[in-house]
Amino acid sequence: MTEDAAAAGGGGPWLLGVRHHGPGSARAVRAALEAARPRIVLIEGPPEADPLIPLAAETDMRPPVALLAHAVDEPGRSAFWPLAEFSPEWVALRWALEHGVPARFIDLPAAHSLARGSTVPDPADPAAPGDADTGGAAAGGPAGRDAQEQRAPADVRVDPLAVLAGTAGYDDPERWWEDVVEHRGAKGGDAFAPFAALEEAMAMLREAYGGGGQDRDLVREAHMRLQLRAARRETGDDVAVVCGAWHVPALRRKPAVAADRALLKGLPKVRADLTWVPWTHRRLARGGGYGAGIEAPGWYGHLFAAPDRPVERWLTRVAGLLREEDRIVSPAHVIEAVRLADTLAALRGRPLPGLRETTDAARAVMCDGSDVPLALVRDRLVVGEALGEVPRTAPAVPLQRDLDRLQRRLRLRPEAEDRELELDLRKDIDAERSRLLHRLRLLGVDWGEPAASRVGTGTFRETWRLRWEPELAVRVAEAGVWGTTVIAAANGRAEADAAAAQALAEVTALAERCLQAGLTEALSAVMRALADRAALEADVGRLAQALPALVRSLRYGDVRGTDTGALAEVAAGLADRVFVGLPPACAALAPDAADEMRRRLDAVHGAVGLLADVTDVPAGRAAPAARRGDGLRPRWQEVLRVLSARDAVPGQVRGRAVRLLLDDGRMGQDEAARLMGLALSPGTPPQDAAAWIEGFVGGGGGGMLLVHDERLLSLVDGWLTGVPAQAFTDVLPLLRRTFAAYEPGVRRTLGELVRRGPERRPGAGPAARTGLPGFAAGLDDERADAVVPVARLLLGLDGAPDAADGDRDDSDTGLVGVGT
Amino acid sequence: MSVSVETTVAASGGRGPAPTAHALRPHAETAFAHELAALAAQDDRPRPDRWRLSPWAVATYLLGGTLPDGTVITPKYVGPRRIVEVAVTTLATDRALLLLGVPGTAKTWVSEHLAAAVSGDSTLLVQGTAGTPEEAIRYGWNYAQLLARGPSRDALVPSPVMRAMAEGTTARVEELTRIPADVQDTLITILSEKTLPIPELGQEVQAVRGFNLIATANDRDRGVNDLSSALRRRFNTVVLPLPASVESEVDIVSRRVDQIGRSLDLPPVPDGIDEIRRVVTVFRELRDGITADGRTKVKSPSGTLSTAEAISVVTGGLALSAHFGDGVLRPADVAAGVLGAVVRDPASDRVVWQEYLEAVVRERDGWSDFYRACREVGA
Repeated sequence: MTEDAAAAGGGGPWLLGVRHHGPGSARAVRAALEAARPRIVLIEGPPEADPLIPLAAETDMRPPVALLAHAVDEPGRSAFWPLAEFSPEWVALRWALEHGVPARFIDLPAAHSLARGSTVPDPADPAAPGDADTGGAAAGGPAGRDAQEQRAPADVRVDPLAVLAGTAGYDDPERWWEDVVEHRGAKGGDAFAPFAALEEAMAMLREAYGGGGQDRDLVREAHMRLQLRAARRETGDDVAVVCGAWHVPALRRKPAVAADRALLKGLPKVRADLTWVPWTHRRLARGGGYGAGIEAPGWYGHLFAAPDRPVERWLTRVAGLLREEDRIVSPAHVIEAVRLADTLAALRGRPLPGLRETTDAARAVMCDGSDVPLALVRDRLVVGEALGEVPRTAPAVPLQRDLDRLQRRLRLRPEAEDRELELDLRKDIDAERSRLLHRLRLLGVDWGEPAASRVGTGTFRETWRLRWEPELAVRVAEAGVWGTTVIAAANGRAEADAAAAQALAEVTALAERCLQAGLTEALSAVMRALADRAALEADVGRLAQALPALVRSLRYGDVRGTDTGALAEVAAGLADRVFVGLPPACAALAPDAADEMRRRLDAVHGAVGLLADVTDVPAGRAAPAARRGDGLRPRWQEVLRVLSARDAVPGQVRGRAVRLLLDDGRMGQDEAARLMGLALSPGTPPQDAAAWIEGFVGGGGGGMLLVHDERLLSLVDGWLTGVPAQAFTDVLPLLRRTFAAYEPGVRRTLGELVRRGPERRPGAGPAARTGLPGFAAGLDDERADAVVPVARLLLGLDGAPDAADGDRDDSDTGLVGVGT
Repeated sequence: MSVSVETTVAASGGRGPAPTAHALRPHAETAFAHELAALAAQDDRPRPDRWRLSPWAVATYLLGGTLPDGTVITPKYVGPRRIVEVAVTTLATDRALLLLGVPGTAKTWVSEHLAAAVSGDSTLLVQGTAGTPEEAIRYGWNYAQLLARGPSRDALVPSPVMRAMAEGTTARVEELTRIPADVQDTLITILSEKTLPIPELGQEVQAVRGFNLIATANDRDRGVNDLSSALRRRFNTVVLPLPASVESEVDIVSRRVDQIGRSLDLPPVPDGIDEIRRVVTVFRELRDGITADGRTKVKSPSGTLSTAEAISVVTGGLALSAHFGDGVLRPADVAAGVLGAVVRDPASDRVVWQEYLEAVVRERDGWSDFYRACREVGA
């Protein structure tokens, strides 16, 4: 093996084993290419992307970008090969383009790797079956972090780096790699030396561990070997190969061509399309999913870009960031931090301070030991906000393809002129159309806008105004970063929005939109965010505001047949918090705030009623939700009772609490009357008492209460007549507001009752014929007979419409007359 | 002109190599003398001036390990390795070290062992209180001498900090934030200029290489004297975290409770571990703002809820059950203590606590007794 390794230093082919996304590797690759000047560069990647390579030279192509491969018939099946500025593959690609040298991708074609995903669906992530295989391997690679390790713990593939690092006495393979390779760039010495050393180590490893238990690697390497052979036939030995270090020994081997061909025979295949998509550092850093799983893309980018003194430059940048955030960080801090980082590195036996040392130093010197400002450093610098760009000429993203497909299937043509669309959600196709439009709106593709319905309102009806603008295609392309299908992208976007949302109201709105768009997958993330925001929300008012909206969504979700178990649970939790926080929040309020609180009380009351209905039903399906819900109503009533009895609570709220309890039948009339008596007793300031009355009998149905319970009416009457003259003018506006809201008929009846005087009591006896309608013990024949003509008319039994008309007119004028 | 302070002056400090066998609590350098000796004997790495051990050996002394000759070094600090590494490195770069943390995070313990390992002497200590005078940090006068012979070196009573400067060893300041702000600022000159002027004599004491200072402070305490930014800049700050896992915290609490219980002659209470675990869980969840299963966020109250407070809650509960209960630590015995520790601000903390009770405790299996007990206490 040693001769072979030495061959890397002499003539070609030069096999440059790298760590994917390793800045040190990237620098070494550049140096090696400069030294070797190969006539062709082969890079680990899907060969279908060869036609896309020239795009990398265009000025508006800016990494991080990713090669995206997807199955033509099934855009959801896709794989990504992310490339950052500091990726060795990218460096090799740019070098080849700058020097007019052909570059080629030599990995197994995406057509095969995507098809392979279909035969072995990854249970962990059904949305991206191909990704686990190709993207993970290409991005993390055998020489990098291995995404597959996390995804399939059953797969006991050896981690070559961990073995090497362990042998060298490191517990963390990443740190070992950084110390041994990344921090030791080719400084003046032999540009090929690091590659030779690495190849030797990998060769030893592969001797000990064989293929590492990965059959797929053997197939890929067979393909790479064949490609390498083809290249050598063209140009002789002036070939450079940039691939994961793990593959180098396998490429060095020279098995029979026939054997390699045999390995590649009969592989499953799908039609695959490739394109460039913009990528972000944040996505590079994301461990799972499409991310390459590198922790510190920003740091790596810095290491790659910094011409010298990386630690000093880095800590200066950290200081700059902290200064922007108004922390006092002087150059003296930077000096001390650099000293500390250097000494720490020495103490830890590292050749140069790494990210851990600089972070520890920044924490101790610049951040007063606190992790809070450090989180900012991590977010802005260590991960970084870099956003890639691809030229407009790059082929369309699969999201557009998926959208085309959906548009055809749902018979919704993108048209430039305005069009109105009526949807009846009870029909399947309309429901799907609605979901598509809602999803696109979530993605910022405002093709359709909800419009006011002309036909009628109802939860099963929606009206949209459609208009396809050319720039929407750009929006679709931008939305491509979120996923390859509309539903996957919408889910991804909603989850990201939920994580970024600040206010509780934003998240509740998002939950509603998720339900409308039928995004059950994102809903759980949104629910988590909602529960978290609710837990930390200190303003009960906002919680009380969020609850009705949430319960509405819950009912809406039910209409659409969405599983709303999680939603119900969160809503119940929200209700709990409202219950606890409401009594203290009601104390000592100004009149305006008290009115506001009374409205909230009503809203929460309604919401609790609905919620208790919902959570009680699916007892079998969602046990915890049901358990939470069963005591919801009693607990709420307990809160109302507390409110009604607490003196510090303003009159409106107290009165309203009594009223709500009374309406629910949770408080006897006697008790209500007692509380009213207390509230209206002479010691209470008239203002308070009037507020109490407003809370108690204000709003719909309050008048009927007074009409039907004369005891309450007499209490009000008694209090009103007892109000001192000078106070009367103060309470008059409140009272007027309370009573003016009643229906005319109710007001008239109340007026009559008051004029008649409070001495009569309901049910005093059949003798009192002038009493309240419907309250006598016996039947009032005279009045009952009066209904007969109308009834006959309605039933079509009577031929005398005039008499009936006259009757109705009478009653109308009677009611209206008193109303004014 | 600079002078040196003779070590003999320090006789009153109780230092010196002669360990007193009867001491209630021996100093770190006495108690672990054999470990320090073994480390020093086998330490072949470079040592900074006047350090008894190399930085590597100091880190090993604190974190524990086995030496080449088989000597086992017991771990003095169980926690993130990073903390110790940064602390030792700070001392090696001649920056002062500030250890922050809530009560019960072993600040003093770490500072004592650091001083013992670096300088072989952990007794140069200034205890910070609201009444700490400037003399405790700079120097005082022996007034009999001063009156009899006038100002002279003999009449000077050096502070521990002054002695450390003169000898090139490590001084310690406990509870730095309790010291009045103007007295704190005395340290600025010492830490930045590394010199302590004595204007009365027209002299100064210059710090010898190897001098450094370790201060400890409680960062969550209210009503303390915050460090001025000028002073803060002279320190590298290391925050000592609370125990990382429930298990380790339960372990700390139960061990301490056991010790305290014995010294208070409380009868042993069987099966207290469940209740201890519960108290620790409640404290941790409220402190971290998230439940142990990581599923629900909760608000954090204004109190510190340190491990030390958990210990006192459990001790109080033990006393209650031993004297007034049936000898078994029950939820009702700790409920009042927990409530007292959590609800420091009657208005806001009470809401936090009730939310926690309703949203978390009520739902939890096997916690219904505790829930009821808390409801009774809180009603």
